[in-house]
Amino acid sequence: MTDGTVANEGPLVTSDGRPLKQSLQAALKQKRRQAFMLTVPLLAFIFIFFIVPIIAMLWRSVENPEVPNYLPNTVAALQSWDEASGVLPGEDVYAAMVKDLQIGRENRTIGKVGRRLNYEIPGMSSLFKGSSRKAKNMTEAPFKDALIKASKKWEKLDVWQLIKRESGDLTASYYLSAMDLRFTPDGSVAAQPENRQIYIFLFQRTLIMSVVITGLCILLGFPIAYLLATIPMRYAGLLMILVLLPFWTSLLVRTTAWIALLQSQGVINDLLVAIGVVSDDGRLQLIHNKTGTFIAMTHILLPFMILPLYSVMKTIPPSYMRAARSMGATQWWAFYKVYFPLTLSGIGAGTILVFILSIGFYITPALVGGTSGTLISNFIANHVSVTLNWGLAAALGTMLLALVLVLYLIYDKIVGVDNMKMG
Amino acid sequence: MVRFEGVQKSYDGEALVVKDLNLDISKGEFVTMLGPSGSGKTTCLMMLAGFEPATYGEIYLEGEPINNVPPHKRGIGMVFQNYALFPHMTIAENLAFPLQVRGMGKAEQEERVKKALEMVELPTLGGRRPAQLSGGQQQRVAVARALVFEPSLILMDEPLGALDKQLREQMQYEIKHIHENLKVTVVYVTHDQAEALTMSDRIAVFNDGVIQQLSSPEDLYERPDNAFVAQFIGENNKLAGTVQEIDKDKVATVKLDSGDVVKAQAVAVNGKGDRTLLSIRPERVAIAPKKLKNTIVLDGTIEELIYLGDHIRTRMSVAGHNDFVVKVPNNSGHHVLKEGEKTTLGWIAEDCRALDYNIYDKDHG
Repeated sequence: MTDGTVANEGPLVTSDGRPLKQSLQAALKQKRRQAFMLTVPLLAFIFIFFIVPIIAMLWRSVENPEVPNYLPNTVAALQSWDEASGVLPGEDVYAAMVKDLQIGRENRTIGKVGRRLNYEIPGMSSLFKGSSRKAKNMTEAPFKDALIKASKKWEKLDVWQLIKRESGDLTASYYLSAMDLRFTPDGSVAAQPENRQIYIFLFQRTLIMSVVITGLCILLGFPIAYLLATIPMRYAGLLMILVLLPFWTSLLVRTTAWIALLQSQGVINDLLVAIGVVSDDGRLQLIHNKTGTFIAMTHILLPFMILPLYSVMKTIPPSYMRAARSMGATQWWAFYKVYFPLTLSGIGAGTILVFILSIGFYITPALVGGTSGTLISNFIANHVSVTLNWGLAAALGTMLLALVLVLYLIYDKIVGVDNMKMG
Repeated sequence: MVRFEGVQKSYDGEALVVKDLNLDISKGEFVTMLGPSGSGKTTCLMMLAGFEPATYGEIYLEGEPINNVPPHKRGIGMVFQNYALFPHMTIAENLAFPLQVRGMGKAEQEERVKKALEMVELPTLGGRRPAQLSGGQQQRVAVARALVFEPSLILMDEPLGALDKQLREQMQYEIKHIHENLKVTVVYVTHDQAEALTMSDRIAVFNDGVIQQLSSPEDLYERPDNAFVAQFIGENNKLAGTVQEIDKDKVATVKLDSGDVVKAQAVAVNGKGDRTLLSIRPERVAIAPKKLKNTIVLDGTIEELIYLGDHIRTRMSVAGHNDFVVKVPNNSGHHVLKEGEKTTLGWIAEDCRALDYNIYDKDHG
């Protein structure tokens, strides 16, 4: 390219005398705007259907509207009560509670408060339902005696401590439950009783199983990717179809197929019995446990390991290995010192893909995992659709998200995301 | 040093890529395998390096058959077309690789790497990665890496193919000098005839899996054995005709298709009645020559003149061919030619060779 105007001194200018840099900016601006406009639909889509729900989920894990909204009078009256004093609140609080119970029953909102507080102390739901029914007839003081008459629980200090604790607009109690912790009645944080500790254990299990599955995918995927990248094109095409075939079949179908194969009256066990490897009453338990989850998830995630590996291996010219061999390296040494290091970026990409996918996998462990092979995502789904404890589900989901981000950052520190090649 | 004995190679069991190859390379020689793509030259190199097994026949290295010796035990240095420098290692690590494999001590490794880098005039680049080097520098490193473990035989597979013309010519001389200084044996594969002529002691011209001719650059150019070699190396004029007679001095009398009768060296014709292509180099043809005893003179018409500075490329129609090229030197006082001018042209009978009747497209890379 030749420059039309030659400026003898000072900054370069275009023919019309504008500074060159400025003209260039203006010329590029149009291009940038076009590029931006092309991405607008996708950005809007992602914002509405991805970013917003995630923010909503984060919010739901700390949001606490029930007590302040549906017990407003009680919350106001409890302001002056000192929960550490060891004495029950006064008559004014009980009067406020009766009023709230009456209003709540009329508006059909009292059940929500009950359900919310039931997460913290079991039995609260029935307490609020029962008492609100009886509160209809409480028109005269003393309300304290009337309520305690309705249920002995109103006499308990921890019930009032709980209501006061949860009277704020925000709560940390979902996160505490998600970490197997709880508030003690006096407001400090303590571990859950051992028989109620489950989530930390589940996070650990999810992590360990994801690591194992990722490892299995590397072990099984590496040779296949190598074969794909090195055999002649016409065979590689066929093999590639075989690798991609699972993508054309529904995840559910593939998982169900594994059930048919692995169950104790299934194909594999029948075969093993038939050739005499196991006896008929010693059939292997291959499904509804960890084994089932390992087998099915490794199978389902394997292509996500093979594809990035393949695309990286494809770019390694065969002459590298030949060069190493001609310089005196054995096949194994040439592979170890030359070929393998060059595939690391593909292994990195495959690892992070498979690991992140498996850490949040849901359908397959739900179907083949039984009780010992289910992952954290199954419990999140359970809280969303069965127990309806959305706050806890959101807290667990947020922690899972944070965990993935932390692992990603660690990965970036060690391997470097820039070194990762998807293709 | 290297001997191919009746070597054949087939990839698919249906066609032979290399047909009955016999080749002797002596110590310190620079032999080039030259040929169009698909002629089997690279396959031969790969068989010698050990990356492809010979389907039949035996290859000897220093008198030992090496068909069953794996590549890493052959001790042959190799330079690849794309250089094959390991991108995840520095230049110094690349050069140390063959030394490391041989279990050489660290200090000696460093010494050798340093010497190798000095040999290719890149003493300061040891710490860089291959991607940070220019094509020419990578090329030098590749050569240095093939030499650093002091093999007695170096194979080069179109090593200059990726360089631009100027750099390629410079590298040709450098490789040639390295060869002369180190006295290693070099087997070089290329499809570029100028490269082959510049560098080689001997050139093996490959076509269709067969060595068409194996001789010095000079012989190859001036005394081609057959029509393929004549057409593949340099520029060549062809005149089709039929042999009328071959005398005892191997001088053939050929009747051209236009009816003219000329004499030529009988090279690849057997006897009376054979179809033949007469081959004459453009620079051996003179316009309006003096009629001496040995000169063949024909009539021609000037069709096109192309001014090339040092010479004028003149396309003429001669004896029914309109692609006859004559290089007229741009001497002071040379005859000024005009397009359409009718003139005579001639050559000495020894410069004209009667070859087999095969016409090849010169569309090789």
